[in-house]
Amino acid sequence: MSTTTVAHHDDHAEHPTGIMRWLTTTNHKDIGTMYLTFSLIMFFVGGAMILGIRAELFKPGLQLMNPEFFNQLIGVHALIMIFAALMPAATGFANWMIPLQIGAPDMALPRLNNWGFWLLPPSAILLTLPFTLALFGIGDGALATGWTFYPPLSVQGGIGVDFAIFAVHLLGISSVLGSINVIVTVFNMRAPGMTLMKMPMFVWGWLITAFLLIATIPVLAGAVTMLLTDRHFGTHFFDAAGGGDPIMFQHLFWFFGHPEVYILLLPVWGFIPQILETFSRKPMYGYKAQVYSLWGIGALAVVVWAHHFFTAGMPVPALLYFMYSTMAISLPLAVLFFCWIKTMWRGSMSFETPMLFAVGWIILFGIGGLTGLVLADVAADAQYHNSYFVVAHFHYTLFAGGIMGIMAGTYYWLPKMTGHMYSEKLGKLHFWLTAISFNMTFIPQFFLGLAGMPRRIPDYALQFAEFNMISSIAAFTLGLSQLLFVYNIVSCARGGKKATDKVWEGAQGLEWTLPSPPPYHSFTEQPVIK
Amino acid sequence: MATHSNNQYYVPHGSVYPSIISVGLLSLASGFIFSVATDRSKELAYLQAPGKWMMILGALLILAMVFKWMGSVITENVTGKFKGWEDKSFRIGMIVFICSEVAFFAAFFGALFYMRVISIPDLAGYDLDITPYKDFLASWPSIGPGGSVLGAEYKPPANFKPMAAWGLPAINTALLLTSGATITWAHWGLIKNNRKQLIIGMALTVALGIAFLCCQAMEYHEAYTEMGLTLGSGAYGASFFMLTGFHGFHVMLGTIMLIVILIRCMKGHFTPEHHFGFEGVAWYWHFVDVVWLGLFIFVYWL
Repeated sequence: MSTTTVAHHDDHAEHPTGIMRWLTTTNHKDIGTMYLTFSLIMFFVGGAMILGIRAELFKPGLQLMNPEFFNQLIGVHALIMIFAALMPAATGFANWMIPLQIGAPDMALPRLNNWGFWLLPPSAILLTLPFTLALFGIGDGALATGWTFYPPLSVQGGIGVDFAIFAVHLLGISSVLGSINVIVTVFNMRAPGMTLMKMPMFVWGWLITAFLLIATIPVLAGAVTMLLTDRHFGTHFFDAAGGGDPIMFQHLFWFFGHPEVYILLLPVWGFIPQILETFSRKPMYGYKAQVYSLWGIGALAVVVWAHHFFTAGMPVPALLYFMYSTMAISLPLAVLFFCWIKTMWRGSMSFETPMLFAVGWIILFGIGGLTGLVLADVAADAQYHNSYFVVAHFHYTLFAGGIMGIMAGTYYWLPKMTGHMYSEKLGKLHFWLTAISFNMTFIPQFFLGLAGMPRRIPDYALQFAEFNMISSIAAFTLGLSQLLFVYNIVSCARGGKKATDKVWEGAQGLEWTLPSPPPYHSFTEQPVIK
Repeated sequence: MATHSNNQYYVPHGSVYPSIISVGLLSLASGFIFSVATDRSKELAYLQAPGKWMMILGALLILAMVFKWMGSVITENVTGKFKGWEDKSFRIGMIVFICSEVAFFAAFFGALFYMRVISIPDLAGYDLDITPYKDFLASWPSIGPGGSVLGAEYKPPANFKPMAAWGLPAINTALLLTSGATITWAHWGLIKNNRKQLIIGMALTVALGIAFLCCQAMEYHEAYTEMGLTLGSGAYGASFFMLTGFHGFHVMLGTIMLIVILIRCMKGHFTPEHHFGFEGVAWYWHFVDVVWLGLFIFVYWL
């Protein structure tokens, strides 16, 4: 073993400290840490917005805010949670873990990687600035269309819509850069001997995510650009008077929007099986079947978009096609569920916090998936569309399936990233508080939706009062429990019991062969995989 | 594991350019929003001037940083930092980037097909007893039935004529296809180490790119002044200008990149074995060429 390290190690010997370190860094771990920190901050910003909504919905009637502001909070909450909390968290893990898991010295395009992160704070400013400007009498606040930007409302809206359009542009550039980097890293930086079919599942999940982003984010960019020209340059893409069609925007938006769901979930589907195998102390079941299922879901993701607007008006053959293709997604997903459960089957299981989150995740995400199947049914959807049933469904997929998955990953890798163990007691408390208050928040919303309560309306009929009250109280509990999460992360980063290299008894993979925390340059010598 | 010592990946210095570009983009975007804020509310007209300055400032910042960033990449390249491993990263990265550009154009082609195949026939096909568009025919090119949908009354331009395919657009097709051939000829020169062929080929390609841009400028001028064809000319005008406009913007970027590469060729930056910079731009140029063929067929011709 030669003692030479990466040729340009000495370039980094004097890397700057303080703010300049973070502004200029090209190191995948620094950038990953910035992504994760940004995501955590924005998780609270978006969460505070929705607690405003839940406070307003605590009682029937209008008490705290006018309907316009209510709409703005809803739209910006969704944009922040999707683009500024969930996606950066997944990208943060990609930055931290992909080079470690495939035995690479760094991400393949380090400077581009830095740009990918530093596009996020400006976009967060663009998303939230309209609220501040409105305080100074400039414009009338953020976009009030919901995160979907549907015209004609978005064509008529004030400057908040423009701000959101450009925020989405910057976030889109960031995602495309991140995806380019992931694809290049996976194809070009794997350790010798690591064939594609030996890659860790997380890397597979991210590779398919990256392909989906490359295929769909530019379509969203095109769609919001058409919106911008309709707003300011007199085009008629979404205006029937000129031969356009507002429904065309829904097609363009959801061509991006549906794959976006899988973009948020595929990275999680990648590391959950790794957590399951670690704490079941046996290799994951059906590696190949899982990889093929991920590919199947990735392929189906881009051909099912119109199920998001069955009620907008479509020829019957189109309705049938989109219904059946949507339902077909449950087949590869069923394979995944089977493999996840079979991984635990007869394993020597233990329930540390990551495992608690992972097992809870399987159940809750399963509820999200099954209620999605109900919504995919054209006839049933006519009843459920635009109701709170939809809200509950996508929070089971995106909060339970997305964010609770991210929490599982955080607890799983936190000792590796910081070099310290987090408090297991607080972690378990955090899990139970989150799982219980999450269900208390959203189970009532299924029933509210079935009973006919529409979403995105600040007032409601009296018979919905009790369930809304339960939901609001639970939502505040859910929000406050997340402070435990922050406390646990911060105290873990600042000190605590030293973590071993392997951290978890059953951990498998290259990232556990390095010290905790790993050295500044991960693999100065690429390991050889047999 | 001595085998790895000659296979070490170059991780560049920390760089301040990316974060400054992001600040530039923030300034450009918010400046643009301020400068057009008056479209929605007249009280915001006072934001127009500061908005314009923010745009200019942002654009200058971005240009300066791109210039510096590309400069440092070129320096790293010339000083031999990039070997086969890094080269392969750039290649895969460029391919994936071009794929994302394809998806961007697909959105606008998708909009064109949607309007031609679905929304315009739909508007013309409603029951005559209830439709407000009685005389509207489902033909293409179409500028829409007119009327008032979003509050503003829209009257289709009376003197409207679509752009004919076999005038300037056909010349433009010939120009771009020829430029695709000349850049390949230049590439052959580079591989054979024939510098004269390389530089003449690149100069010809740049000239053809500039000629294309001039022709397109003439076409736009004619459209606006004589044909009643503007961005506001309904479905046809919107799809025509957005597709050809974004394509033209890409040709402009491509031409600038070709000029940079031409200068680097004259400075002797490329060797027959090691010239990703050249190839990356050549790939981009061929991509722009292929998009144009799609435009020529579906926007101008059919």
